[in-house]
Amino acid sequence: MHLDHAHHGPAAVSADAARPDGTRRALRIGLGGPVGSGKTATVAALCRALRDRLSIAVVTNDIYTREDAAFLLRNAVLPPERIRAVETGACPHTAIRDDISANLEAVEDLEEAVGALDLILVESGGDNLTATFSKGLVDAQVFVIDVAGGDDIPRKGGPGVTTADLLVINKTDLAPYVGSDLGRMARDAAEQRGELPVVFTSLTSAEGVGPVADWVRAQLAAWAA
Amino acid sequence: MTTRAALLVLADGRFPAGGHAHSGGAEPAVKAGRIRNAQDLADFCLGRLHTTGLTSAALAAAAAHGLDPLALDQAADVRTPSPALRAVGRKLGRQLMRAARSTWPSPELAALAAARPRGAHQPVVLGLTARAAGLEPEDAAHCVAYEAVSGPATAVVRLLSLDPFEATAVLARLAPALDRVAEEAAAAARDGIDALPAASAPLLDITAEAHAAWPVRLFAS
Repeated sequence: MHLDHAHHGPAAVSADAARPDGTRRALRIGLGGPVGSGKTATVAALCRALRDRLSIAVVTNDIYTREDAAFLLRNAVLPPERIRAVETGACPHTAIRDDISANLEAVEDLEEAVGALDLILVESGGDNLTATFSKGLVDAQVFVIDVAGGDDIPRKGGPGVTTADLLVINKTDLAPYVGSDLGRMARDAAEQRGELPVVFTSLTSAEGVGPVADWVRAQLAAWAA
Repeated sequence: MTTRAALLVLADGRFPAGGHAHSGGAEPAVKAGRIRNAQDLADFCLGRLHTTGLTSAALAAAAAHGLDPLALDQAADVRTPSPALRAVGRKLGRQLMRAARSTWPSPELAALAAARPRGAHQPVVLGLTARAAGLEPEDAAHCVAYEAVSGPATAVVRLLSLDPFEATAVLARLAPALDRVAEEAAAAARDGIDALPAASAPLLDITAEAHAAWPVRLFAS
């Protein structure tokens, strides 16, 4: 987290806390994780849980299609003008970490087009366990894994699992069917992450995203303070 | 004062200005079967270098030379018949502007950013960036000419799983041609905007329009 990010450098080039007109910009939260772990489903559920109280927009980073953006549009979780798709040239981790220029443009365009926003969710394309967001792009990041991807993923660690501000272990409803040990995943995650929070989710019910939504609300409260 | 290292920083493929998401027309060429191997890639790059590459390099050299960037931006527009490629040029120009203002802040870059908040054409921004970095017009031309071929070469490594050593060897063999194009571009820039080359590649323009409408693609252009 770097909510107290200073901005003495050239104006409006990176993660300045203020927009060019001096107003506070939206809090930016990145969501990354392996293919199929439920990033887009988490984003959709967060939008449904928070959109009545907050002004939200989403940037998707698809690998080779606009499917994630299309999914969000089809499910009408937000009006179309609040969703932008960034194309990544087959390298999603490049677009969220090494060369964030297209994503910065997308978040700024959203604030310009929609007006004042409280929260922008930046979703990475499905990637590997080393993919993390640049601090020049987001204020905090969530890493989403799932129980069906193997219950040894928390033990394996990697920058996503180890350093994300929130680790989400999704699809807990599948644990009995795939033989994943949730207790072991929780212990391994705690060992890798120390004090950093971990939540378990199942998005089969509307309240399933609750623990993530609560965490986002706390981040927003700190950002606005 | 020598500025060779500044040129390396600007020309580095990892310079964070958005180029990694673009194939320079290589993706539609691969799909159409026009690029299948290293020899095809070499032919594609040579064609691109002497058309789009030369035109863009001269625009960059002219901007580095100190010619009016807004007039050059218009000159870039009229040299880019494809609306899709005009949009790409401005998008990449805007991304480069962000990186340039962080790395080599200058009043000239700030003025162009203010005049073209949605982005000026990428070669014009690159020329001004070179100027801000203390580089010469010919350096800017080299940088743009090299980008004109290194972008497609990198993209084809991903699209065809082409041997990366072969792709890099293609670029190395193009080096003398790159030097000549950069020299020609810099010479043209000394004669003013009206003398800038306007070489174009109609097939790249046509396939860029079609590619922009593909529902599934790896690269943005």
